[in-house]
Amino acid sequence: MNRINKALAQHKKLISIYFTAGYPQLEDTSEVIKRLAEAGTDVIEIGLPYSDPLADGPVIQKSSEQALKNGMSTQKLFQQLKDIRKEVDIPLIVMGYFNAMLQFGVEDFCKECEAIGIDGIIMPDLPISIYERDYKALFETHGLKFVPLITPETSVERIQTIDALGDSFVYMVSSSSTTGGEKGFGEEAMSYFKRISDMQLTNKLMVGFGIKDAHSFEQASRFTSGCIIGSEFIRRLTNEGMHGIEPFIKSLK
Amino acid sequence: MSKYKVDEQGFYGDFGGAYIPELLYPNVEELRQNYKQIIHTEDFQKQFKSLLKDYVGRPTPLYLAENLSEKYKTKIYLKREDLCHTGAHKINNTVGQILLAKALGKHRIIAETGAGQHGVATATVCALMGLECIVYMGAKDIERQAPNVARMKMLGAKVVPATSGSKTLKDATNEAIRDWINHPKDTHYIIGSVVGPHPYPDMVTELQSVISKEVKAQMLEKEGRELPDYVIACVGGGSNAAGLFADFMDHEEVGIIGVEASGKGVETTESAATTILGREGIIHGSKTLLMQNTDGQITEPYSISAGLDYPGIGPLHAHLFKTGRGKFVSITDVEAMEAGLELSRMEGIIPAIETAHAFAIFKYLDFKEDDVLVFNCSGRGDKDLETYRKYFGY
Repeated sequence: MNRINKALAQHKKLISIYFTAGYPQLEDTSEVIKRLAEAGTDVIEIGLPYSDPLADGPVIQKSSEQALKNGMSTQKLFQQLKDIRKEVDIPLIVMGYFNAMLQFGVEDFCKECEAIGIDGIIMPDLPISIYERDYKALFETHGLKFVPLITPETSVERIQTIDALGDSFVYMVSSSSTTGGEKGFGEEAMSYFKRISDMQLTNKLMVGFGIKDAHSFEQASRFTSGCIIGSEFIRRLTNEGMHGIEPFIKSLK
Repeated sequence: MSKYKVDEQGFYGDFGGAYIPELLYPNVEELRQNYKQIIHTEDFQKQFKSLLKDYVGRPTPLYLAENLSEKYKTKIYLKREDLCHTGAHKINNTVGQILLAKALGKHRIIAETGAGQHGVATATVCALMGLECIVYMGAKDIERQAPNVARMKMLGAKVVPATSGSKTLKDATNEAIRDWINHPKDTHYIIGSVVGPHPYPDMVTELQSVISKEVKAQMLEKEGRELPDYVIACVGGGSNAAGLFADFMDHEEVGIIGVEASGKGVETTESAATTILGREGIIHGSKTLLMQNTDGQITEPYSISAGLDYPGIGPLHAHLFKTGRGKFVSITDVEAMEAGLELSRMEGIIPAIETAHAFAIFKYLDFKEDDVLVFNCSGRGDKDLETYRKYFGY
């Protein structure tokens, strides 16, 4: 069974952490992964930095910019991750923008991911229609779970289409906004979480965008399988360095 | 069936589409489902035509440039888009999109701008219609284009600096897209060129196609035939070119020439000649030709004209290039400045530096004496006086 699905099958609220590869220092990638795993993170999203990250707010934009300045590249990331499976067994997802994948060659990209032991891919700007038509078979051949996104604006009909495309989890964007937004969730967000949960989708649900602490984590995971934290984690990493990782993960539980 | 128009899936051959985050899907989908139907209503057409006529000042003249014709021994017409209100063709699109935004019930308008021409054209129609206007502009461009920033502010727009990345047009576009993601219900995004996700390239082409429609009628009147031998325009994103090419693309006997900015030369790192330096990839939601490194990171283009330093070209132009239907020529800063000076001295028309690029092609292309060429004189040079002044030392 794919590591992501194994994690989702546990009866607990999963903590998924996004970080930008090659940040703060170029060679920090595997160290961050190891420390996250040791601290009790359940899923890790490895961000492949991109020059024009449309769906991301200022914190991730900045870390991406820095990582690129540090010399991060697709090839470099795959090199850094070459032996990562000797170190950790945690589910690993690569998150990036589609142009980087396209330029590397979608098939080669999938092959590299499989060889490393990557479990899934999140490409926010790869539309589901094109994924289904051109790449679904390829992803499946290489054992990669494609994680689609939904937002509060996504129609019920489209959610059903999206649900039919995958068999791991759907990335539920908490509000219609780029990453790194507000603190805590109001009634509207809570009823959205519940509404989607009540749809009883094939895929599990993980909530991302706007989760910062134990309170927002509890709120966003109340009706779902867990949460994805990106901007807040990067903020901590920036301010506190590697030592900040463990206390932050522990503080969420 | 047109070979060069967008297909049902939003593609021009291999290019186009809507490579957008799901967060943007509802916004773009609402537009996709409605734009054609709205644009083709009688009510829209009536308002659009009336504003183009009485507010923008259309039809713009098709002017026979006799001095230039004599020098280059061919027949040269200028489509005088520089005479439009606000000084360029950009307003054709913003007038159309503001009507579309109103029809969709949107009351908040956002736009990106590079040199500020599209920002001014957007701020202008927002003032006219009483809609809130927010223009994203690269922090660097805000410094470089102070008069246009002042114009936008005077027109009541809020100008927001884009401080990410290279702090220029591509980053302003990213910020506008992020704003749209954050405001999915009440906001319409007026893109200024034939770029971005489907349906933008098609919609902007359609709104700008008034240029080629007028040329046809004016050609008939002046030359006794609808079709010129060549249509020629500068291409940054490519909206003035798309507007001029639109109704001629399917007439294979009409030569199509797009003129790109090669900045300090395609052999340098300071260039914006996308068809030469670019590869297929995705930018701002569209699959097209774009300048990028081997890793797919988008690189920063350069041209002396702020309106041409966009790292991609519209998917329609990428298609015209790839199929060989369009010929693309690239012109350096120096060549463009000289051509701008020549047009000023010979015809008494000071063009925008973007526009000037098109007039520099005679160094590279030969035409027959009885050829009829139509150039899109897409904008006037007022905004560039400071650059011209410094360059020529006036």
